Amino acid sequence: MIKKIIKYAILLMSTLIVSMMTYANEAYNPPLPLVAGDCITCHGTGGSSVGPATPIIASFDSETFIGIMEKYKNDERPSSIMGRIAKGYTEKDFIVMADYFAKQAAVRYPQKVEAEKVKKGKKLHQKYCERCHENEGNTDNDGTAIIAGQWMPYLQFTLADFYHGERDIPKKMKRRMVKMVKKHGEESLDDLIHFYGSQTQSDVEIEVEVEVEVEPVKKVE
Amino acid sequence: MSDDITRRKFLMATGIVGFCGLTGFTGYHVFLKNPLRPYKKPKDPKAEKAKVVVIGGGAGGAIAAKYIRMAAPEIEVTLIEQNKEYYTCFMSNEVLSGERTIDSLKFSYEKLSSQYGINMVYDRALGIDPEAKTVTLQGGDKVNYDRLIVSPGIDFKWGTIEGHDENVIEKIPHAWKAGPQTVTLRQQIEAMKDGGTVIISVPPKPFRCPPGPYERASQIAHYLKQHKPKSKVLIFDGNQAFSKKPLFFQGWEQLYGFETDHSLIEWIPPEDGGKIIQVNPNDMSIIAGEFEDEYKADVINIIPPQTAGKIAIVSGLANDKGWCPINPETFESTLQKDIHVIGDACIGKPMPKSAHSANSQAKVCAAAVVSGLQEQEMPTPYYGNTCYSVVGEDFGISVTAIYQLVDNKIQLVEGAGGPSPLNASAEVRKREVIYAESWFKNITHEMFN
Repeated sequence: MIKKIIKYAILLMSTLIVSMMTYANEAYNPPLPLVAGDCITCHGTGGSSVGPATPIIASFDSETFIGIMEKYKNDERPSSIMGRIAKGYTEKDFIVMADYFAKQAAVRYPQKVEAEKVKKGKKLHQKYCERCHENEGNTDNDGTAIIAGQWMPYLQFTLADFYHGERDIPKKMKRRMVKMVKKHGEESLDDLIHFYGSQTQSDVEIEVEVEVEVEPVKKVE
Repeated sequence: MSDDITRRKFLMATGIVGFCGLTGFTGYHVFLKNPLRPYKKPKDPKAEKAKVVVIGGGAGGAIAAKYIRMAAPEIEVTLIEQNKEYYTCFMSNEVLSGERTIDSLKFSYEKLSSQYGINMVYDRALGIDPEAKTVTLQGGDKVNYDRLIVSPGIDFKWGTIEGHDENVIEKIPHAWKAGPQTVTLRQQIEAMKDGGTVIISVPPKPFRCPPGPYERASQIAHYLKQHKPKSKVLIFDGNQAFSKKPLFFQGWEQLYGFETDHSLIEWIPPEDGGKIIQVNPNDMSIIAGEFEDEYKADVINIIPPQTAGKIAIVSGLANDKGWCPINPETFESTLQKDIHVIGDACIGKPMPKSAHSANSQAKVCAAAVVSGLQEQEMPTPYYGNTCYSVVGEDFGISVTAIYQLVDNKIQLVEGAGGPSPLNASAEVRKREVIYAESWFKNITHEMFN
């Protein structure tokens, strides 16, 4: 009986030591995981891009992030470069990236907006977009991503892609977009862009100039 | 009676187990490893904190210094940089066309050094003593290190073209290190008459920034098209092929009449006599090709062949070709212990010599240095590069690559990356110009804030 207990004791002790050894040799984890290192050069420190166009990815919901990267990897979402980049990583990589960026607070730098457009855009948002892009675009509702404070040229590219059929658009969104443009004209898309672009922090000291003129989203002839 | 014996035995057994466990736990922690403490306490209480010295405050060095401090504030980091202000060579071609000012490329180290507690030493490193582990500065001081990261960029190999050396660079600029040379070249182009000729000489690979000379030709052509449309840019190339060639050709066809009678750009590869063998600064002419043809020009931009920065050469960090061999997992020199080389100066093949590569390598190197000093396992490295080139108005192109460490070599991830598609729409070409600007803004923000 004692022999058995001593055997178990030795087993327990060795397990304890082995587990401690594996713990001790745990890989060093840099504050910015190496897999996310190459994202920063375009998407900014902590994913808070300083613009003019690469989008802020800080504070993104990790499921949303992974979903987007998968879409880029499988060519299910158009891009100028992200499709090529996403193919270089595995799903495990996306999880590490997503986990990191989800934890970063987003800095939304000031952008040049036109007050009139912001005012119109706010109303349009309430009527046509708030349903899914809750809280004035500040809430990620099952993959809608955070659009409030996003870089305006990027919003323009995205809306243009949706509007011109370059990118898959959820049916609900298409219906509302068509209805909105029919009633308020194509300028309504710009009004929305200015509204989202206006939702930036006023306490940020860094001066960032948006040198890119945000082009209106027009129907391609 | 039997219950008491069982209970006693049980308690004794638990006691034995507990004692063994405690002994094992304590013994292991005290005598072997101390995994709960990230930084190993030196046995000598008078011992200094670990010191890392970085030579070079460019795309590699600034990032390495920052990321070490971010990871381990108990590690002292000294950044040796000879210039108080850094001019980015990346995007400097746009100064040549007038699309951007030289000041837009200028950055100071104040924010970076104060935010992260980096000791800035504005001096030039003259020599390294790998035994004594010191760096000797031009100003006379010696700096100690536990680990050294050398990120010196490039220096030029003079004398490969007859008549061309460092004494003629005011007349025949290289502008392959940004700053005053960039301004000189821009001024020469501005002063040129309409109908004049600009010659760019591209050295044989490897050199800093593979698409750079072709973006330069593009930007100059962009300026000439608007202001001096009868002029020409002649690229004398020491290489048969170059980065993003089909895309550049497409852009040049679309924007500059490439391969027509009134093309603003001509590309002369070695097989067509593109190798320049002599420069005559006094009468502003060059001699090129096997038939030794003479060409006169108003502006001559000779980009000389290159080597790793001088400090690497004189410190025994470079091979006989002038580039520094390294362990690709850690960027530690294979020639000198505890010295790491990153950026243009190192042999990082297949990564190109670019600012983005330097940035990527710096992060891996920082992780290697910190984990090494903390006696922890180096994490899996990831490397990447993205190069944007602005060919002209609303015409941007890019090439991107992701790499992994396979069999102790940096290997391209297949089926990923690559250049912009040849059949991309005009809208995408336009967006790539804006994304090029975004890359520039973000990488410099990362370097200097």
